[in-house]
Amino acid sequence: MKNLLVTFVLLFTLTSFAQNKNERASLEVDGVCLMCKKRIEKASLNTKGVKSAIWNVESHELKLIFDERKTNLETIQKSIVAVGHDTKTLKATDEAYETVHPCCKYRDEEVQEDHKKE
Amino acid sequence: MKQIIYIILLLPLFAISQSELKGTVFEDNASKTPLPGANVIWLGTTFGDVTDFDGKFTIPYKKEYNKLIISYVGYKTDTLLISSPKTITHYLKPTSELDEIKITSRKKPSSISYLSSQNVINVSSDELLKAACCNLSESFETNPSIDVNFADAVTGTRQIKMLGLTSPYILIATENIPSIRGASQAFGLSFIPGTWVESIQITKGAGSVVNGYESIAGQINAELVKPTTDDKLFVNLYGASNARLELNTHFNTKVSDKWTTGVYLHGSTLNTKHDVNNDNFLDMPLYNQVNVMNRWQYTNPEKGLVSFINLKYLKDDKQTGEIDFNPETDKLTTNNWGSEIDTERYEVSAKLGYVNAELPWQSIGVQAAFSGHQQDSYFGLNRYDIRHNSLYANVIYNTIISDSRHKIKTGISYTYDNYDELVNTTDFNRTENSIGGFIEYNYFNLDKLNVTAGLRLDRHNLLGTFVTPRLHLRYTTWEKGVFRASVGRGKRSANIFAENQKLFSTSRNINILNTTGAIYGLDPEIAWNYGVSFLQGFRVFGRKGEVIADFYRTDFKNQVVVDYENAQQVNFYNLAGESYANSFQVELHYEPFNNFNTRLAYKNYDVKTQYTSGNLERPLTPKHRFFANASYETEVDEGESRQWKFDATYNWLGAQRLSSTQNNPIQYQLPEYSETVATFNAQVTKVFSPKFEVYLGGENIFNTRQENPIVSADNPFGSSFDTTFVYGPIFGANYFAGLRFKIK
Repeated sequence: MKNLLVTFVLLFTLTSFAQNKNERASLEVDGVCLMCKKRIEKASLNTKGVKSAIWNVESHELKLIFDERKTNLETIQKSIVAVGHDTKTLKATDEAYETVHPCCKYRDEEVQEDHKKE
Repeated sequence: MKQIIYIILLLPLFAISQSELKGTVFEDNASKTPLPGANVIWLGTTFGDVTDFDGKFTIPYKKEYNKLIISYVGYKTDTLLISSPKTITHYLKPTSELDEIKITSRKKPSSISYLSSQNVINVSSDELLKAACCNLSESFETNPSIDVNFADAVTGTRQIKMLGLTSPYILIATENIPSIRGASQAFGLSFIPGTWVESIQITKGAGSVVNGYESIAGQINAELVKPTTDDKLFVNLYGASNARLELNTHFNTKVSDKWTTGVYLHGSTLNTKHDVNNDNFLDMPLYNQVNVMNRWQYTNPEKGLVSFINLKYLKDDKQTGEIDFNPETDKLTTNNWGSEIDTERYEVSAKLGYVNAELPWQSIGVQAAFSGHQQDSYFGLNRYDIRHNSLYANVIYNTIISDSRHKIKTGISYTYDNYDELVNTTDFNRTENSIGGFIEYNYFNLDKLNVTAGLRLDRHNLLGTFVTPRLHLRYTTWEKGVFRASVGRGKRSANIFAENQKLFSTSRNINILNTTGAIYGLDPEIAWNYGVSFLQGFRVFGRKGEVIADFYRTDFKNQVVVDYENAQQVNFYNLAGESYANSFQVELHYEPFNNFNTRLAYKNYDVKTQYTSGNLERPLTPKHRFFANASYETEVDEGESRQWKFDATYNWLGAQRLSSTQNNPIQYQLPEYSETVATFNAQVTKVFSPKFEVYLGGENIFNTRQENPIVSADNPFGSSFDTTFVYGPIFGANYFAGLRFKIK
């Protein structure tokens, strides 16, 4: 009886915490141009479980739709950081940052200014 | 920044001695919140201000100052023209809005996509305005990929070609519903008024499987104007020196917050007889056309629904032939040679699209269209009537596999066509129906590679059960370099009479040499199309340009050969041997200075078919074509709309083979090849205001004419009479003028 109850409770909690196949989330990711956009979206989509990733050059907002059963925001952020882009909570390593194209050096104020002129 | 602070400090001083300008800056969003901290400065001075917490500013004013710049990081900088020190209220637009791009870089009127896997040329409404006249068949005059020529010397019908193949091999759709096919094949392009067309997409080579299995040389899709985006009121009036008159009016109105409707009326007429070459035949038919369309658009963004309902009606009456021909007394007699073509057509179509707001990659589209087409006509002593009822239905489902780089389109389609034809005294009745399923997979790695692979399976009562594969690939080789390749199969039933109506305006005997096939005794046409293209964008002297080269080959497995090689006969038979069309085109676009665009193109055709009399070049297909277009627009000043637009097009066509006339009497024999033809068109448009513009232009300004387009014009009931040997303009120069009036 006790066992049954435990199973029941477990089952119940499992269902109530059923993970969303199409979870939506939004992240702030630093970058400056359309090349960055490509890199950020590609890195996101290369994370298994991410279904859609759209990054806005102006607002720096990355809109994500992903399968919660396969991945989570942290994993996605890690893949983004790995290609050299900072998120609000995670910073890219200098090595990773060095790999981005010179025109995409978003931490550089000069580069930022250059892109604003466009 | 410091400077600005000083200026603010100085402000009260100025305020005493000079008049000042006050204003408020708001953010251009739904709530119109005041924008604190925006910079306001007179152009070319150091006098400026920063808006306060309520978005208010005060700035000294002098008569010499007239341009006020308002800027703020993250917003579009605006320059205002100030003529007097009135209070200003200004809304700044956030730069994240997409239309920002449109302001900074001018949209090209005609462009080839860098991203799509298919070789798609998009022709915008700006480009369409370059050929101010008047219907879809004339919209391609400024496009080198499409060849426009006259089908015959009497009906004035323009016929288009792509990759060396005539329009039946092109799938022509309006809003992705195949529309110019079957009975409307010959005249259908002239049944879509130019002002109704919003944009045209031309796909060279094997197209998508979504729209069916019929396309062989390519696809042309015309997007029509939509009630929500078209002008509230639009009037276009056109008149030409050849006495052609056209009137187009559009009315669009919002019925409720979700429904919008538009009524589009087109009327055109030509009622003056012309015979500039004195062959006693009209150079162009007399005609009247009334064309009406009513569109209903439903948009519900909350639910992700969009729907269109279209109703169309057309009536077109043409009369042509000898000048003295009087239909009342001469119809179907040998008094005078004459022809009348009366067409009536109606169409009903509906579309419903649903996009899942939660999952933006998921959408469903349903299309259904019904049309009834009736043409009653006679050409001299030949009678031709056709009734064609057609039903088309298509359901498309879009989704992704695993992530948005892998897209899938799948669905089913159904077609029904009933043809009832009377050819002289013979009745032809035929019903075709097909049901098919398709799937198209697209892979785009967000970078260099984009692949589309499509497959469809159709079950057709006359064509059998068959598979249609299509493949498109795009690869970015290096910066601004795009390589494309495509391969695909097409299959269709040839409507031999409807597609070749020019044969009735001859004295030729019509023979169908095969008897065992399902369509007029003939077999379905099957062809494979292969193509490669390369596009390279470049910058020379700091100016943008691009070069595009493409090569396409169409290989017929079976073709319904239309054989004009015996001057007294036209023979239809199944291909025995080889038939192919090779097309090579190279095109250069360059903008040598601001607002001046040039396009140059050269095209080479090699189109050969095995006829019973030998392997011959396809008649009336020039081996070489040269094309040049230049357009210039004057700069529009801030706040102004007055503008001049100039456009000129030059076309040169090489010699075209004429089918054999050997067994005609010597006076009716033609050389083996035609002369070369050069034409020049030009147009000037003056924009007076966003509401009103006037245009003036000339077609064929060089006054090029083909001297004797009709063989045996002096004896139209003799055995050599033929109007199909047309390779150049029949009527000389034609000048036109028109106006456009619109209210947004």
